[in-house]
Amino acid sequence: MKLQTIMNLPDCCVLSEGSPDREITRVFCCDLLSIAMSRAPSGSVWVTVMGNKNTVAVASLTDTACIVLAEGVSMDADSLEKASEEGIAVLSTELPVFDMALRIYQAGIA
Amino acid sequence: MSERLIFTYDIDGGDFTRAGEASSSVKNKLKMLGVNSEVIRRVAIAMYEGEINMVIHADGGRITVTVSDNDIVMVLADKGPGIPDIEKAMQEGYSTARPEVRSLGFGAGMGLPNMKRYTDEMQIDTVVGEGTVITMKVAF
Ligand SMILES: Nc1ncnc2c1ncn2[C@@H]1O[C@H](COP(=O)(O)OP(=O)(O)OP(=O)(O)O)[C@@H](O)[C@H]1O
Ligand SMILES: [Mg+2]
Repeated sequence: MKLQTIMNLPDCCVLSEGSPDREITRVFCCDLLSIAMSRAPSGSVWVTVMGNKNTVAVASLTDTACIVLAEGVSMDADSLEKASEEGIAVLSTELPVFDMALRIYQAGIA
Repeated sequence: MSERLIFTYDIDGGDFTRAGEASSSVKNKLKMLGVNSEVIRRVAIAMYEGEINMVIHADGGRITVTVSDNDIVMVLADKGPGIPDIEKAMQEGYSTARPEVRSLGFGAGMGLPNMKRYTDEMQIDTVVGEGTVITMKVAF
């Protein structure tokens, strides 16, 4: 499945485009950064309620394709700019972490 | 590469939002030098965890990264409180992170274990009340 499919999901708002053609490998959920750092799969969609610059740093170091901010969490302009420089997509949704991850999974991740 | 390259970074203590910039810069430099991407990932993760620790536990410090033909050595030196019990600090889940730091997503107690896991050698020299020097090596 391409990242574009997730960007088109109804409950999502796109804050940073990233690389829509990128192939998505997994959905990953975690809010503790150093666990995400060691566990986030490369090419994954990472659903979290942590929306700061360190989230972007961890996504960049783990080669995460997309950060999805759940529960209506937002991200400041600086961090969004950093994400866009790094080619990482950032989406936001009002849905809770589990519901959002489930929708991404149902959209076509094996 | 036949000569050694040395990069030095002064890490500011108070600023959580800028923490990670040094690791990010090293990652980009190694990319430009054509270093293997798995090696870059290991160096960047280990250095990021160490850099964050310097900011949240030790009020900043200095990082020196030396890139040689066969390895990359990172030395992270701070003048923070030191680590009273290294064995305990190395345990997964052990953290003394303050509530305001935890609210940013830190404090899982996984940073030092990650540093150990992603490097080939890691040494901690620490004196309580004086500071900590962590030396990590990734060979390739
Ligand atoms: N440079 C340092 N100076 C003083 N104490 C440190 C330093 N680095 C780590 N520590 C101590 O070791 C503990 C464990 O560090 P570790 O990086 O594993 O976890 P953490 O930083 O608390 O949380 P996480 O890294 O998962 O966000 C810290 O909580 C702190 O007490
Ligand atoms: Mg840490």
